[in-house]
Amino acid sequence: MSLNALTIAQARDALRKGETTAVALTEACLSAVRAATALNAFAHDTPEIALDRAAAADARIGSGDAPGMCGIPVGIKDLFCTEGVPSQAASGILRGFRPAYESTVSARLRDAGAVMLGKLNMDEFAMGSSNETSVYGDVVNPWRRAGSDTALTPGGSSGGSAAAVAADLCLAATGTDTGGSIRQPAAFTGIVGLKPTYGRCSRWGIVAFASSLDQAGPMTKTVRDAAIMLQDMAGHDPLDSTSVDMAVPDFEAALTGDIRGKVIGIPEEYRMDGMPDEIERLWAEGRRMLQDAGAVLRDISLPHTRYALPAYYVIAPAEASSNLARYDGVRFGHRATLAQGDGITEMYEKTRAEGFGAEVKRRVMIGTYVLSAGFYDAYYNRARRVRSLIKRDFDLAFAGGVDAILTPATPSSAFGLGEMTDADPVQMYLNDVFTVTVNLAGLPGISVPAGLDAQGLPLGLQLIGRPFEEAPLLNVAYALEQAAGFVSKPAKWW
Amino acid sequence: MSIDTETARRVASLARIAVPEDALPGLAQEFNAILGFIELLNEVDVDGVEPMTGVSPMRLKRRDDVVTDGNQQDKVLANAPDAREGFFAVPKVVE
Repeated sequence: MSLNALTIAQARDALRKGETTAVALTEACLSAVRAATALNAFAHDTPEIALDRAAAADARIGSGDAPGMCGIPVGIKDLFCTEGVPSQAASGILRGFRPAYESTVSARLRDAGAVMLGKLNMDEFAMGSSNETSVYGDVVNPWRRAGSDTALTPGGSSGGSAAAVAADLCLAATGTDTGGSIRQPAAFTGIVGLKPTYGRCSRWGIVAFASSLDQAGPMTKTVRDAAIMLQDMAGHDPLDSTSVDMAVPDFEAALTGDIRGKVIGIPEEYRMDGMPDEIERLWAEGRRMLQDAGAVLRDISLPHTRYALPAYYVIAPAEASSNLARYDGVRFGHRATLAQGDGITEMYEKTRAEGFGAEVKRRVMIGTYVLSAGFYDAYYNRARRVRSLIKRDFDLAFAGGVDAILTPATPSSAFGLGEMTDADPVQMYLNDVFTVTVNLAGLPGISVPAGLDAQGLPLGLQLIGRPFEEAPLLNVAYALEQAAGFVSKPAKWW
Repeated sequence: MSIDTETARRVASLARIAVPEDALPGLAQEFNAILGFIELLNEVDVDGVEPMTGVSPMRLKRRDDVVTDGNQQDKVLANAPDAREGFFAVPKVVE
């Protein structure tokens, strides 16, 4: 197997045994990245940084006592600010922006010895479910339908991260998830994507979309890798007041595969009208696999599920309209060329019109509307009340003894790039129907590849856990992964 | 709730995004599709339910109110589209 195809766990063990070096791993990945421009997964390559860090990692591994991520080549989503390296959130308005600082999560990975290969493409400001809103252009899914060369979406917003991991351009990648942006692309590309509990990872230095929902997490080839990577991402950060000051457990140590007696909730409201049979069958398969592993299935009700997407499409745009107010052409990024006599208002309006893409403008304006005088109570406050009810649904299920909840990850497999262009925006938003509840309730959720559809495309199942119980959640995911035995890889065409 | 062209113009102006006149009707139509979807929230009985402000039940951490950072004028200005003499430069705002 070529080095770039290794998992984190395999590479870590090989590094520790001296069977390979971080430099060799990094060179294998850099060469895979160079050969995969057709996927458009990487937006900014950083080979010099990568090789420097790899050499340093080799020295550290040689001296013993290196963290799990030491010497592991990773991709970093463009939403993370990285010191001296372009960080644009895939937006034209941040063209040329080179932060003077490093986000906490990418700094933790760096300090653990992880090797940054470059910045990964994504939907602009993480707003999208197909990676078609990026200023860098679409990311192409390495997977294709059997017998077809139609270009498919890798999902979004962490589409570059998902495609890069699935195509073995890196061993793992960071993602962020505001409504499903880690889990949906993971499902579309046959990889594992974990959104940790809100507050588990620091948001400092991550370009903000919706601050009460955003959370960074690992996108990896296996559940074990997600555990290893989360270990070196998580933890309290005084620079993010919402990051929680509590001990970070040993996630990998929790992976026993023993889930006997664990209660798995099956929410009836996730059985949607018009859900494809394949998704329904996959879900049934997942139930059977967990039951065979000794878990106890329990039907549960999360009655406010259907209101999650509309509540999200008030709350997320509202927060975005506020967060994105900082892009004004004054302190960083793009400023429009002004006409004679233009004042500061024209500067703001022209700069933002030129710098933001269509979907970002749409959401900023929706957010502006729902927060405007006269509508604040009717939309924003009502959505926040509904959010309380959605969280209460989960609280009640967990209080009743449910350990984790099993649902489909997405309502379909990957669709074609451009297929949704003419649909109304709400159709695209429906991609997040199974994932968005988890963000609203601040819970950890993980997408695990569980099978292929009739066209040969990967499908994922989602497991949802109790707050700050990523370790037991990862263990259930590990048991599911073992039972599903998903080993398919996309056939290389790029 | 239906959004007309005039409301779309007002929202664009509040958001400080220039929208050409001929794009306003299409924008209003998009808003209406999204708001129509959001109207589903009106079915929910929210009487007596507190609006959620933060999802974690914890109190936000506090720190001493002291200066922890500073003296980085060069770094602060490094990304500015127009910086002059240690300041951000913008079009004239005072007549």
